[in-house]
Formats: sequence, C-alpha cells, structure tokens
Amino acid sequence: MANSPFALLRFRVYFLGGWLAWALLHSAVLYWFNLSYETAILDSLMSNALLGAACWFISSNLQYYRPGQARLLYFGIWCLLLSGVWLLVLQWLLPLVIETEPSYEQFLNKSLPVRFGIGFLTIGWMVMLSVLWYSQQDQKQSEQRQADAEKLAREAELFKLHQQLQPHFLFNSLNSVNALIGSRPQEARRMVLQLSDFLRGTLKREEHQWVSLNEELEHLRLYLEIEKVRFGHRLSTEIDAEPECGPLRLPPMLLQPLVENAIKFGLYDTTDGVTIRIEARCRAEMLEISVQNPYDPQTAVPRQGTGFGLSGVQRRLYLLFARTDLLQTHADNAIYTTLVKIPQLL
Amino acid sequence: MKTILIDDEPLARSLVREYLEAFPHIQIVEECNDGFEGLKAVTQHQPDLIFLDVQMPKINGFEMLELLDQPPAVIFTTAFDEFAIKAFEAHAIDYLLKPFSQERFNKAVEKWQQQKDQAELIKNTQALLQTASTAPDRQDRIVVKIGTKIRIIPEPDILFLEADDDYIKVYTPDGAFLKSKTMSYFENSLDPKKFIRVHRSYMLQIGQITRIEPYEKDSHVAILKNGAKVPVSRSGYAKLKQVLGL
Repeated sequence: MANSPFALLRFRVYFLGGWLAWALLHSAVLYWFNLSYETAILDSLMSNALLGAACWFISSNLQYYRPGQARLLYFGIWCLLLSGVWLLVLQWLLPLVIETEPSYEQFLNKSLPVRFGIGFLTIGWMVMLSVLWYSQQDQKQSEQRQADAEKLAREAELFKLHQQLQPHFLFNSLNSVNALIGSRPQEARRMVLQLSDFLRGTLKREEHQWVSLNEELEHLRLYLEIEKVRFGHRLSTEIDAEPECGPLRLPPMLLQPLVENAIKFGLYDTTDGVTIRIEARCRAEMLEISVQNPYDPQTAVPRQGTGFGLSGVQRRLYLLFARTDLLQTHADNAIYTTLVKIPQLL
Repeated sequence: MKTILIDDEPLARSLVREYLEAFPHIQIVEECNDGFEGLKAVTQHQPDLIFLDVQMPKINGFEMLELLDQPPAVIFTTAFDEFAIKAFEAHAIDYLLKPFSQERFNKAVEKWQQQKDQAELIKNTQALLQTASTAPDRQDRIVVKIGTKIRIIPEPDILFLEADDDYIKVYTPDGAFLKSKTMSYFENSLDPKKFIRVHRSYMLQIGQITRIEPYEKDSHVAILKNGAKVPVSRSGYAKLKQVLGL
C-alpha cells in the first residue's frame, strides 16, 4: 500500500503552511467586507479548520481506495458531498459561536454560494494532489517489484547454470584427465570424450522437454563412468531397469541430483567400496525409480525430511504434479533408498 | 624431507606423485584415502609437509587438521570454488585449485621451501584452522579424538557445550568429550538457528531445552531433555526469549 503524503514531516509542514496562508487570506477578505477582525479571524479559523479536516479525510480515504474506472465521477461526487457537508456544518456552527454582529448571519447566508465554490475547489485540489501522489507511489512500487522479480529471475538462471555445470565435478574430472595424460593417454582421451558427451547432453536438455527413461539412463551412465574413473575401485554401479519402462518419459535432469546425492553420501560417509543401485519399475501409469547407496549408521547425521540436495527435486515434483508424496526416502540396514515416482501424463 | 598425500581420488594422488618427481629430496612416505588414514599416517611419520584434499570420506581435511596436536605444513589441493578458499587463503602455505599445472605446483613447493621458519609455519596452520570455521560450509558435527579413536558427534547429539580452561566440553547422551577450541569458534561454526550461547561459558542446543526456571537473583537455568541443567545469564536469557519468541 502506498504511503500517505502526511507520513512525511516535509508534507505536514507544507500542508500546515498552506493552510495558514489560506486562513490568513480568508480573514483578510472578510475584513475587507467590513467585518470586525475578531469575527473575520474566528470565521476563518473555524471554516478552514473544518476544510482542512475534510482535505485530510479525503486524502487518507484515497490512500485505501482509488477506483479504476469512472474516476472523475467518483472524485466529483466526493468533492460535492464533502463541500456540502462542510457548508451545512458552517451554516449551523458559525452563528452559534459568532453572536457579536447582528448583520453577520445575513452576510453568512449571502456568502454561502461563494464558500461552497471555494470549498469545492479546495477539496478538489486536494483530491488531485493526492491522486497524483498515490499513482506516483504505485508506479514506484511496481517498478521496484519488477526490478526485484528480474533480479530473482537472473539469480535463478545463474544458479541453474551453475548447477548444470557442476563445477566441483567438472574440475575434479579435469584433474583426473590431467593425471591420466601422463600415465595412460588412451584413457585420458576416452575420459575427455565421455566428459564432452556428458556436458553436451546436459546443455541440450531443456526444462520443458521430457525425455525417455532410456535417454536419461544413458546420460546417467556417462556420468557414472566418469565418476568411476575418479574414484577408481571404490565405486561400482548397478542399473536395473525393466525393459518395458524404457520408453516412459520423465522430466530431464530429475534423476541426476538423486544419483549425485547417493554418490556423495555413499562415498563420503564410508571408506569402503560403494555400490550405487538404480532400479526402474513401471506400475499403473507410474514410473518408479529408486536409487540406493550404503551409509554408515554410526556417523551419518540423521537427515530430516528428504535430506540435503533433495529439496530441489521435491520442489520440482511439486511444481510439475502438485503432489508432495512423489519423493520418499528411507534408511535401513545401512542402505539409504531414495524413491521417486513419476506419473505418466498422457 | 617427508611428505604424505591425502586425497580420496587415486588419480589426483598420482598426479601429485608425478609432479613431485621434480623434487627428488621430497619423499612420499604414505598415501592416504581419507582423513582417518591421514591422521594415523601423520601421527606416525611426522611429515614436514602434507598435500591435503578438503572433501574426503568421513572427516574432511579441516577436521583432520583440527585433530592433530602438531599440524605439519599444509598445501591444499582442492576443486573448491575460489570464494570458499578465500577464507583460508591468507594462512595456508598455498592451495592448488584442481586441475593445476606442474609450474603452479612447483611454485607452491618452492614457497614452502623458502619458508624456513618452521614455527612460523605451524602458527600459520593454526591460524588457518581458526579462519576455516568462517568458511561458508557450516559444521553439522564435531569431530573429537579419544586416545587414538576418532568420534564423530552429529549435530542432534550435541546437548550443550561448556568452556573449561583452554578446552570445550562437548556434552552428548554418551558423555562429555574435550575439544581444544574456544566458545567463539563454535559460535561461528555451529548453526546459529539451533545453538545459542546462553552464558559466558555455556552454549546449548535450543531443541534440547524442556524448560527454563529462575535461579537465584537475575539468572536462570535451562533444563534439558536428559535432565542436565545449564546456567543461563541475564543476557543469555534475553537471547533465549527472543529466539523462542516469548
């Protein structure tokens, strides 16, 4: 919501200054029309106090509601209404307070149309200023919102790129290649080619294009081959997919974080050989993939919910299917299992 | 001159081994796959220099260094992003960002050779450990040594910490363990959402509190799930109230 202009001290000072000048002018005019100056000042103070209150009221009111359509009509009605009420109150109140001059009541009645005009214009002027002020505030806010949204989008994009490239994996792999060049150039060459295929596959994947399980598993195999070169004898993998699941489709790069997580968890939590098991089964209109890794129940920090690294997958599944039950994890017998279910949309 | 290579990737070690051929007077006395092996080897051989990876099984490079009474000179070999390494840039002899060249490697070793003053080196390594706690990776566990055994205390098992001279006593359901660190170290390294320093000498895990009772004038005592009582100072109580939203 926009800030009221009266929230700023500067504007309160302007408003008060303007009001004083206006009240002074008002009493000067009355004095000119041969009223005593006490009467002139009293009249001016009361009329302008009420007018000021009306201005403040309409300005605050506009802070909460400004119509989108028929604005002129809306504002016009408010101005008429307020100046009418203001005039009625004046007509009743002023003679009660000012009793000194007998001719005053007559003068008041004669001056009512002029007063009405001035009140209407003053309130109208306040409405205009307020509307200008609030639209400017709205615009500023929407610009800010837009800038924020763009910044967020940029950050998300950068984060995605960073994720896709997986610098840690990439640099460690390059380091392995560097080591192989000296001792086993043939293997170095093979690893460079695998790495290129993997990176190309990663870059090719688009957010909105689903891929078949076969394609995704092929991509994962490349990744696992590279990891096996890095970790040598410690890492072995088993992929077991029912052949009829092969053509089923899934969102791209959904399995990758699960497997990465399993490798990280498996390799960094134990010191022995690690077998990562990937299984794919198809149930009624559902593709089920499980990823298993061993862990050490003695030292593993029991992970709440779905654990680290998996929250992104969870979120993605929710955005795609509006379901939170598609990613499950459980640990038993020193084996940690992550199970992901992908509904097959037809 | 003795050195030990500690890295969980065999190829990464073989690269360092290859590069080290340019320095025939430096002998590799052992190669280790993880921090446990590293710890044992360093204690046994007392090397002059170690090449250490950061991300390793069980305990990482920093945790391993923490457990050494007399850490040797260290050259880190890591694929960590540069920003992460900034934190300890000033103190390690050098760090080699994987992949690195023979020239870059030589520079690091020469730098070490030029730093003759060993006392200076050890001071550097210790300063490094202090700053390592401010690295972006927060700790979710504490690694302690009991005799020759290493124990990893995961975050949920940490009940509270008590300062005791130059040591911190880490209280767990299985008893208390000593760690030569300061309170402010743990204030930096443990998750501030879960751990709060409630007293000059005490820090506790918020989730372990069952109730807080007044205790003498101006102070309180927090009673944990296992019945332990932890003193809470006046400012600690104010912090607790804020965190618990009282």
